[in-house]
Amino acid sequence: MAQVTATPTAPNAQHPEQTVLQRFRRDQPWWLLPLTVVTVLGGFGLYVLWTAFIESPPGSVNHVSEWGPYLSPFFSPLIWKSGPVSPAIFVLWSPLIFRASCYYYRKAYYRSFFLDPPACALGEMRHRAYHGESRFPMVLNNLHRFTLYAALVILGWLWYDAFLAFFSVDPANHGHVWLGLGTGIMLANVVLLTAYTFSCHSLRHLVGGGLDCYSTARLGMARNGAWRALTKINLRHPMWAWLSLFSVMLTDVYIRLLQHGLFVDPHIVF
Amino acid sequence: MTTTGAASAAGLDGTSPVSEYGTPDPGLTGDTITLNVFRGTPDDQQGDVTYQVPGVSGMVVLDAIHYIQHNLDTDLAARWNCKAAKCGSCSAEINGRPGLMCKTRIDELPDGPITVRPMKAFPLIKDLVTDVSRNYEINRAIPPFTHAPDDGTPWRIRQADIDRLYEFRKCIECYLCQDVCHINRTHGLLDRFYGPRFFVRVASLEMHPKDVLDRTEQTRDEGGLAYCNVTKCCTEVCPEHIHITDNAIIPLKERVADKHWDPVRWMGRRMFGNRDNDTQPPTPSPAG
Repeated sequence: MAQVTATPTAPNAQHPEQTVLQRFRRDQPWWLLPLTVVTVLGGFGLYVLWTAFIESPPGSVNHVSEWGPYLSPFFSPLIWKSGPVSPAIFVLWSPLIFRASCYYYRKAYYRSFFLDPPACALGEMRHRAYHGESRFPMVLNNLHRFTLYAALVILGWLWYDAFLAFFSVDPANHGHVWLGLGTGIMLANVVLLTAYTFSCHSLRHLVGGGLDCYSTARLGMARNGAWRALTKINLRHPMWAWLSLFSVMLTDVYIRLLQHGLFVDPHIVF
Repeated sequence: MTTTGAASAAGLDGTSPVSEYGTPDPGLTGDTITLNVFRGTPDDQQGDVTYQVPGVSGMVVLDAIHYIQHNLDTDLAARWNCKAAKCGSCSAEINGRPGLMCKTRIDELPDGPITVRPMKAFPLIKDLVTDVSRNYEINRAIPPFTHAPDDGTPWRIRQADIDRLYEFRKCIECYLCQDVCHINRTHGLLDRFYGPRFFVRVASLEMHPKDVLDRTEQTRDEGGLAYCNVTKCCTEVCPEHIHITDNAIIPLKERVADKHWDPVRWMGRRMFGNRDNDTQPPTPSPAG
C-alpha cells in the first residue's frame, strides 16, 4: 500500500499564503508580464516625447501643457517658457533618470526589455558575456541616489503647483478658491508621486537603513522611526511606481483635453 | 532516456483506494500522479523516468519521491531530512521552478505530469542530488562576526538595533535563491559571485550593531555585487519569504553607493568624517 502519509485536507486546497494576484500570475504564460511591461513603458515613453516636444495645441506656448490654474507635471518647474526649446527638456531628465535607475523599474525592464531573465528559472535568449551592472552603461544605475536629490526638489515644486491649482487665475475671480476636477487630479497625482518617491529604496537607506547601530548614532532612534515608516510604504514600491506613472500621464492628458477644448473642467469658485 | 517505472502498488489498478489492511483509506484520493523524475549521474546516461504514484490528500512532491524510493525504484537518490521546510535539504526543480519538495503540494500544481529535476546551478552528483559545496567555500571567504576587542560580554542591545536581523536568521540554506539566480544558473558565474544567500549573510553581519568589520568592499569586488541586476527571482523562490533583494542586496548596493557614487555623502565625509557608523557600540554592562 502507499507509503505516503499526510493529514487529509480538502482537495485542491489553495495555499493560504498565495494571494489572488499570485495565483493569477502563476496561471498565466511567462511572456504575458514582460509583454505588458514593454507595452506600458514603451507607450509611456512615446507619450512623453509627443507631449513634451511635438504636441502644440492652439494657444499653447512652446508645447507647454497648461490650462487655467493647472500645469502639467512634465513641465514643472516651468523654466524659460519662451526659450528656443520646449521647457520640458530642463525638467524631464531628472524624473526620467530617477525612474530608469529605480530598483523596481530596473527589475521590470531587465526582465521585459532585455529578457535578462524574462522570468525566473527561464532560459535567456542572450548568451554573450554577462556583466550585470558592473560596466557601462548599466553601472550608471548607481546614479539613482543623485537623481533622488533632484526628484525631491521637483516634488516640492509639484506640491506648489497642486497648491496653485486651488486658486483661480480667471481675471474676474483672481485669487478666489478654485475647486475643479483638475484640482483633484493634480492633488492625487502629487500624493501618488510622493508615495513613490518616499518609498524609494535609496531614501529608505539615507534616512536610517545605512546605520548599523541606531541607539548610539546621532538622532538614531528618530532615524529608526523614519526608516520603519518608509519601510512600510517601501513594501508597496512597485504599486506606487505604476500608479504614479499613470497619474502623471493622466494629469497631462486631462490638461491637454482642456487645452483643445475637448472637455470642460467642472469646477466651483468661491 | 525516457522509461516507465513499474507501478505495481495498490490503488493504481482502478480499484477503490484501500489501506494495506484492506480497509478503505480516507487519505487516498483515487487519483494517479504521474511524475517525470530525472535519473542519472555525470558519467552515466541521463534522462527522465516516468513513475505513477497513488494520490493522497495533501501530499507533497517529497511524499511521491518517497513512494518511488520505497516501492518502485529503491536506488533513486534524493536528499531530504526534516520534511517540514526547515532543513533546506530537499531543494529541487519542480515543473522547472526551484522549490522545496517537502513544501510543494501536488494539488497546487497544474494538472498533468510533474517534472522533478535537480538544481540546475550546481554540479550533478546523482539523480536529484547536487554538489553544493561551492556555497560552503563562499561562506568561509566571508569574515565572520567580529566584535571590538575590548567589547566584553554580556552585551545589552536595544531591540531596535537588531529587529531587522531576525529576518536574515530565518534562512535555512536551501540554496534555492542561489539556484534560481540567472547569474549562476544561466551565466555560470558562481566562481566570482557570492549569490543571494551570501549577500543575506553579509547584510546580517554589516547591520549587526556589535560587528566592527566592513565587508562592503569585499562584497563589491570578490562578491560581484554589481552582477546582480535586482530581478528578484531569489525573493520569489525563498521558502522563508525573506525579502532578499529589498532588505539585503539593495541595502548593500546602497552602502557601496554611499562610498563611491554619492557626491553629497562624499563631501560630508570629507568635511565631517563618517558620522553615521563611527560610534562605538554601547558599553557592555552586566545583565540586569
